[in-house]
Amino acid sequence: MDRTTTEWKLSLNLRAGLLAVVILALLLGLWEGLNRAPILGGGAELSEYEMLLGGADETARVPPPSAIMVRAWEQLSDPFYDAGPNDKGIGIQLGYSLYRVLAGYLMAAAVAIPIGFLIGMSPLMYKALNPFIQVLRPISPLAWMPLALFIIRDAEASAIFVIFICSIWPMLLNTAFGVAGVRSDWVNVARTHELSSLKTAFKVILPAAAPTILTGMRISIGIAWLVIVAAEMLVGGTGIGYYVWNEWNNLDLTSVIFSILMIGIVGMLLDMSLAYVARFVTYAE
Amino acid sequence: MSHAFVEVQQAAKRFPGATKTSPPLTVFENVSFQLQKGEFVCIIGHSGCGKSTIMNALAGLDQFSDGSMVMEGNEINGPGLERGVVFQNYSLLPWLTTLENVRFGVRARWKNWSEREVTEHSMKYLELVGLKDVVDRKPSQLSGGMRQRVSIARAFATKPKLLLLDEPFGALDALTRGVIQDELVKIWTKDQQTVFMITHDVDEAILLADRIFLMTNGPEARIAEAVEIDLPRPRNRAEIIKHPNFYTIRNYLVDFLVNRSGDLRVQEDESKGLRYPTSVNPARLNDPDENSTPQHEEKLVKFTPKEIRHG
Repeated sequence: MDRTTTEWKLSLNLRAGLLAVVILALLLGLWEGLNRAPILGGGAELSEYEMLLGGADETARVPPPSAIMVRAWEQLSDPFYDAGPNDKGIGIQLGYSLYRVLAGYLMAAAVAIPIGFLIGMSPLMYKALNPFIQVLRPISPLAWMPLALFIIRDAEASAIFVIFICSIWPMLLNTAFGVAGVRSDWVNVARTHELSSLKTAFKVILPAAAPTILTGMRISIGIAWLVIVAAEMLVGGTGIGYYVWNEWNNLDLTSVIFSILMIGIVGMLLDMSLAYVARFVTYAE
Repeated sequence: MSHAFVEVQQAAKRFPGATKTSPPLTVFENVSFQLQKGEFVCIIGHSGCGKSTIMNALAGLDQFSDGSMVMEGNEINGPGLERGVVFQNYSLLPWLTTLENVRFGVRARWKNWSEREVTEHSMKYLELVGLKDVVDRKPSQLSGGMRQRVSIARAFATKPKLLLLDEPFGALDALTRGVIQDELVKIWTKDQQTVFMITHDVDEAILLADRIFLMTNGPEARIAEAVEIDLPRPRNRAEIIKHPNFYTIRNYLVDFLVNRSGDLRVQEDESKGLRYPTSVNPARLNDPDENSTPQHEEKLVKFTPKEIRHG
């Protein structure tokens, strides 16, 4: 890579960053501007009715970005306070959600990757298990919730189960796809070197399929983070999903928007961390 | 009756026909040959004659529909470390570095070696192919020629009794090919392994081989002739073309590939016999005094079941 291309790349990044800032400023400006309550009476004397309302607006408005930024500052400067069941810091709520997501997700990985391996290696197992997968996969994870609540009899564990069931499929199918797609040349290398099946699995097939498996893991963590919000709205108690719904019940839209933003940021961080791991197993052919 | 180092007898490969009633497609049949220990044999033939199937069967990665294969009295019925393979597309593991790819083979071959022994042995072979400066690069960061050298180093480093090279230089440009051919000669001269190699390049075959098997066109191909190359060794590319017999041999081979490989296919009479390919020495074909029967045929000595140890 020569000097000119690096400079070009830098300037491209810089220009993209600038453009993003401009778009953000524009959107926030529009939002802030359009949500301003009209100056009542066009600056003229207030009517009797308006006086009765104390000059307040008749319709509730979406809070402006400035109010959300103030709320974000309040919340993030003390994220872990705990003032009773319905008043916990955003950090605590996110912590609960992350714990559930990771618990369900890791259990799913522990099940999906070995089974995916099996399905990918054995056409028999693929044909035998495929009908089950095809029927179970399109089921909305929340549809499992009543059954989970009945069988498990614990809201917390049911939420984890829902995460488990929704994150299992992308990992399972991607692992199977990756394993089945390992180039036969590489398997032949293992065969001509008399590697045992176990060694072939760990030394050739796993590294060869790892990028595809990691892609499945990234899809799964994304879905798990989508589903936890809905699951927590149902089971209640703690977690970011419950927090959103609780603030809606409190008619505190500023907090609702703030928590929506936090859900997005945490989801992005989860994806980025897996993308980082994926860099270590990616190879160029 | 003692047998050769490697013997293939009456091998055939058939594929079922397109429909249940149509006859099976016979790629080749009645292929029998011997490889002597330390011999370098090249096999030449047009595409589709089944060269690669023969090679993959020797490697244990494919199976004949018919016939038997024996190496040192043991039947070949699966891949094994005593047979090393260099594939046309290199087949390096892309997530491993150059050194790790060679170590992969060495570690599989000598399981009780220490890490240091494995690395030292691998480095020795990487040095032989001139790659000791790029041992930490991944295959994707190497040129095609360098990748094939790694693949050759990996195969030779495990010291197989029989080396199978499937058109190893097919994807390389002529200049690179020449350099690696010289390296192959060097490493082969050092270890004196038995090599069986597919090639499409007549000059390459003359440079490297003790004998060249000529296959007729498929389907229903067979090995028609085994051409003996008795040019003096060590050979090198610059000197060999000056040898008086070089062009006699070369013309003979080209003539076979261009004119006779198709004609011979339709000659049914020979293909049904139980015999090894006809031995030919092109240099002596026009010299009746020295050898009155330049083309002599050997009858096949069939294996008795007792001679084949299974497993």
